[in-house]
Parts: sequence; structure tokens; C-alpha cells
Amino acid sequence: MNIFSKSFKGYLRKDGRKGIRNRLLVIYTVECAAFVAKEISRQSPYPETECVGFSGCTDNQYAVRLLISLIRHPNVGGVLTVGLGCEYTQPSWLDEIARNAGKAHAWLLIQTEGGTLPSVRKGLSLIREMLPALSSVPQREMQISDLVIGAECGGSDYTSGLAGNVTVGRFFDMLVDAGGTALFEEIVEAVGLEDYLSGRGAGPSVKEEIRRTYQKALEYCRQVRQYSVSPGNFAGGLSTIEEKSMGAVAKSGARPINGVLKVSENPPSPGLFLLDSTPDPYFMQFGITNPNDSEGLLDLISCGAHLVFLVTGRGNVIGSAVSPCLKITGNADTYRHMKEDMDFDASPVLFGDCTLGKLAEGLAGLVLEIASGKKSRAECLGHAEYFIPYKYQEMRCRSNETY
Amino acid sequence: MEQTAFQIHSKDNVATALSPLSPGNVRLTGEGPMDSVLCTEPIPKGHKIALKKIRQGELILKYGVPIGCAIRDIPPGTFVHLHCIRSLYDERSSHLDPATGAPLDTRYE
Repeated sequence: MNIFSKSFKGYLRKDGRKGIRNRLLVIYTVECAAFVAKEISRQSPYPETECVGFSGCTDNQYAVRLLISLIRHPNVGGVLTVGLGCEYTQPSWLDEIARNAGKAHAWLLIQTEGGTLPSVRKGLSLIREMLPALSSVPQREMQISDLVIGAECGGSDYTSGLAGNVTVGRFFDMLVDAGGTALFEEIVEAVGLEDYLSGRGAGPSVKEEIRRTYQKALEYCRQVRQYSVSPGNFAGGLSTIEEKSMGAVAKSGARPINGVLKVSENPPSPGLFLLDSTPDPYFMQFGITNPNDSEGLLDLISCGAHLVFLVTGRGNVIGSAVSPCLKITGNADTYRHMKEDMDFDASPVLFGDCTLGKLAEGLAGLVLEIASGKKSRAECLGHAEYFIPYKYQEMRCRSNETY
Repeated sequence: MEQTAFQIHSKDNVATALSPLSPGNVRLTGEGPMDSVLCTEPIPKGHKIALKKIRQGELILKYGVPIGCAIRDIPPGTFVHLHCIRSLYDERSSHLDPATGAPLDTRYE
């Protein structure tokens, strides 16, 4: 029985996309509103409530775009926007986007409500009013091929490049062959692989775009004087940056790369895409490329990923807001040691106990279960991390989307 | 005790030690045609062992792609690291201490 032909129920959104979760996002538009938003989220009567936001009072196009991409995300069914009242990013503007996207929506201002407790009460009452809309979202059949899945690695060790990322890469090949969509990032961890990566571009213009993306990342590394390799990597058995890079890029599999996406940009077609999360050179002071794993996961989710993989050798515990995160390790000791946090053990391939193909099929089976509603380990534990920094990135003009 | 190394791609001329290796037979898992290789010197866990003779100037293949080139002849079964290979891109990593990875080109005095 082919796992890729099995069906499950998804939530149909106004734009035609289907989600595998029906989250309610409580969004704060400035750090001053974060406590109230988190209290509302914590006390919410709706079980799939999560809180996200960014810290600044001033707005930043990149961060605003990222919030908007989460509001429009197929896994999101409703949005409650909480502002203080005097910040640049006004909740009513985000609320308008939620309304146009056909999501359950409401907003409030703390200064208008009269402080912490009235705002929390108001927020909870607004959520109760949104419950009927949240529970009446139409459901439609979906298959794995309808999914967008993103992958990144963090807390890597020598097993990441040998088992964890390689298993994800093989699964991505299967996903792309079945008509699905796969996203990978961390171009700064691809130093030394310009020819290899651009050679995988699906056509001359994509090859050129990969080259530009690579050159920008290399220039970024030079300017901040930080390459993605350290004495610990060498001591751990890696001999060259190319070797480390190949271990990271292994998660992209072997299929042609169909294009390069910017953060918050949806893939224009199914296939395999490289996500460029490096800040553009102009206003380089705006942002570090990958400050932490939570940011990397949210970048992938901003591009529409229904589900994300975090490949970790040494072990990590995070999940993410909006989309379930599956943690995959190629280190058998880490899998045993952090069993309640780990979703998938890729180590059997190292010891010859399982072929890569079988392991990738096992991962596909797990993806099917999670997409069908089974909770990931991070979801079970209540993880819903997010990190939205300020950065500068130019977007291509897309006539069908307004930001 | 059985010792194992993992070969990730059939074209590779190195494999990765899954445990510390000592001289003797090493079982190979992964994609290669060989079942085992004879280790001739101690190799730490996570580090690489040569699967065949690699001549000076020849490319080191892992994942089926070049990850560097040999700066001296490397006999089969020996330790492959900074002392015998160099990056094709990153000049500096050829000047690191092979055991600790610490930079030797910066003076602390």
C-alpha cells in the first residue's frame, strides 16, 4: 500500500489551500502587549490557541510580512490581534487581512479596554464568540502530495549528515516525486557547494538565482566574519567546510531545485525549493541570518510549510507555533536519552539494520499520522516556540498578493 | 568487539567511524560494495577511514561529491583528516590542529 495515495481530512481555506491544523493565533503587535496576549492564550477555551508576535514598537516590513504570512497560513483558522494602542503596527490592519483571508477574526487595544484584566476578559470573550466559526471550517480530503514540508537542522553532530539529514533527503525525493513540495534552508551552511547547488537548478534562471543567493550568503559570512564551521566540528571528525556543508545540504535530497524563495513567500508550484533567509546586503545591520532554530522553523512555516522537520544529533526540545514540528535524530543515544522529545530515530541506517529507503518510508508513515491529526512530541508537551526578528529582505513584486 | 564504519555513497573513498576504531577488521555499512576494511591505526568516533589507496592530489569523495583533496598519499585503512587532506575552498582549515581543530595561525602572546 502506497502511503502517498492515502487520504486524510484537511481544513479548507478561502484561498483554496488546505491545512492540517486549525490553530487560533493570538498575535501581539508590540512587546508591551505580549503579557496580555500570552495570558489570553493560556486561559483560552479553544485548545489549539497559540501566541506569536514581535517585540518592536516600530514596524519592519520583513517582520510584518512574516506575521501576515502566518495569518494567511492554511493551518490557521482564527486570529485575535492584541495591541497596546500607540504602536506602529495597528491590530486593525492585521485583522483586516485575517478577515479577507476568511479566518475567524477579532482585535482589541489594551489602552481602550482599560488595562490588563479587562483586556484579558475581553480577549477571552472574543475567543468564545469565534468558536462557532472555528468549528465550522469545511473539511476536505488531502494526501501527502498536498503538503508543503520544510526541513532544517540544529544541534548537529556527525550523525546529522550521515543519517538524519540523509533520511529527510530521501523522503523529500519521494515527496517531490509524488507531486508534493519540499523546502530547505541554511544557505550559509552551503559554503563550498556553489557549483553543486546551482547545478541542481531546474533551469538556467534558477541556476543563476541559486548562484546569487549563494554569493549573498558568502558575502554575509565574510562581513559578519562568521562561517558555519568551528573547532568543535573539526575535533568531531569533519575535515573541511565542504564536508560539513554536504552534511547539511543532504536534507535537500537529490531532485532538481525548482526555485529560491524569500521568507514569507509561498512556493509558486510543487517541487523542491531553497529558502533564502539571509538578510539582503542593504541595511545589513538588520538581523542575523539564523539566530536560533525557532526562527529557522518559523521561516519555513512562513512559506506555507504545513509541517516542519528539525534534524538534531545532540538533541533539541523545541516545537513551533502554527505547524507541527517533527524532531529527527540519527544518534541512537540521543533518541534513547531524550525519548519523550524525539519523534523519529534515523540511526538504524548507520548500523545496517534498515535501508535508507525503508527508513524514509517509515518517516512518510509518521508524516501521514501527524497530518491526520496525531500530535507530535512537541505538541504533546505544549511547545509552540516562535521568533520573529527584524531583517531587511526585498520581495519580488507579486501581483496577486499585497503586503 | 565488532567495530563499524558507515559509507554514505557508493562512490566514496572514505567511511565514517561509528565507534573509536583500532587496528583490525572494520565492518562497513551503508551504500558501498565492500563489506569490510582493514583498519591500520586508531581512528576516533565520527572521523574518517580511507577505503582505498588515495594518491596525492586525488579528490576525497563523501556523499559522492568532493569534500577536499589529498595533500599526500593516503594508504587504505588509515585516518583521513586535516593532516592529509585540505579544503578546495577554505585555505585556513589546512592550518588547524588535526586533533583539536584549534587554529595554529593565530598567536596568543
